[in-house]
Amino acid sequence: MARVVVDVMPKAEILDPQGQAIVGALGRLGFSGIADVRQGKRFELEVDDTVDDVTLERIAEELLTNTVIENFNVSRVAE
Amino acid sequence: MTARIGVITFPGTLDDVDAVRAVRIAGAEPVELWHGDADLKSVDAVIVPGGFSYGDYLRAGAIARFAPMMGSVIDAAAKGMPVLGICNGFQVLCEAGLLPGALTRNEGLHFICRDEWLKVQSNTTTWTTRFELGAEILIPLKSGEGRYVAPPGKLEELEGEGQIVFTYAGGNPNGSALDIAGISSRDGRIVGLMPHPEHATEPLTGPSDDGLGLFYSVIDSVLAAA
Repeated sequence: MARVVVDVMPKAEILDPQGQAIVGALGRLGFSGIADVRQGKRFELEVDDTVDDVTLERIAEELLTNTVIENFNVSRVAE
Repeated sequence: MTARIGVITFPGTLDDVDAVRAVRIAGAEPVELWHGDADLKSVDAVIVPGGFSYGDYLRAGAIARFAPMMGSVIDAAAKGMPVLGICNGFQVLCEAGLLPGALTRNEGLHFICRDEWLKVQSNTTTWTTRFELGAEILIPLKSGEGRYVAPPGKLEELEGEGQIVFTYAGGNPNGSALDIAGISSRDGRIVGLMPHPEHATEPLTGPSDDGLGLFYSVIDSVLAAA
């Protein structure tokens, strides 16, 4: 078994109103110096040894990500 | 003959009943379709209605797109069957690749529930032939993720090909690109829009009966082809 992390983030050119709301809230809470926040998603998959990298890329691209608006990164994490 | 128009129900769909009712009011035979079946029951057209299919888990429409019924819809659409996606249905059609672009969280993050004036920008699609070009129609909008976006170059292409079908006429409510409320496939047989024409079919229950135009239009198309 291995742990695989898929990070999905909105593309840079896509407006992220959730990230903007967080920036606004940080300012109201008194945290200064935070120029920008972008909010994405992190998926943690427990996969067995039969799942190869090509399959993981397909899982990320076909289901976990809408590639019109999001980018993804797949990484295997050491146990 | 009577046109048979299918309405799909997914877990979490909530506007299927109104869509069925709109089809009936327009004079066609509504056919209820279940997401887990693959049988289209010989319908002439399909409506993917609004709601929160699969709880909007992962992304709105992302799970519904893989339902067995959607596989059949994608195959039938490739052969020219008219398809209408309303609100969550529009999101499903974009996730399925039947329409370009994507629907994202509203600018300002508010869920917007109010009647909106829409301008008809194309009356050559299968679902809009009954409208005058440039007509303004009053249709309820109720969505939190209705901000249409498309990859670079795609918006210009949609404009150039006449695939922008409806725009918001009374100010942009959600930050949607080019004020887009609805678009079509290149051949005009697939249309998706965020506002709800099925909620505007009679003055008693809606702000107008302007929504009927979409259903009349597709019925015209089906009967003309019979």
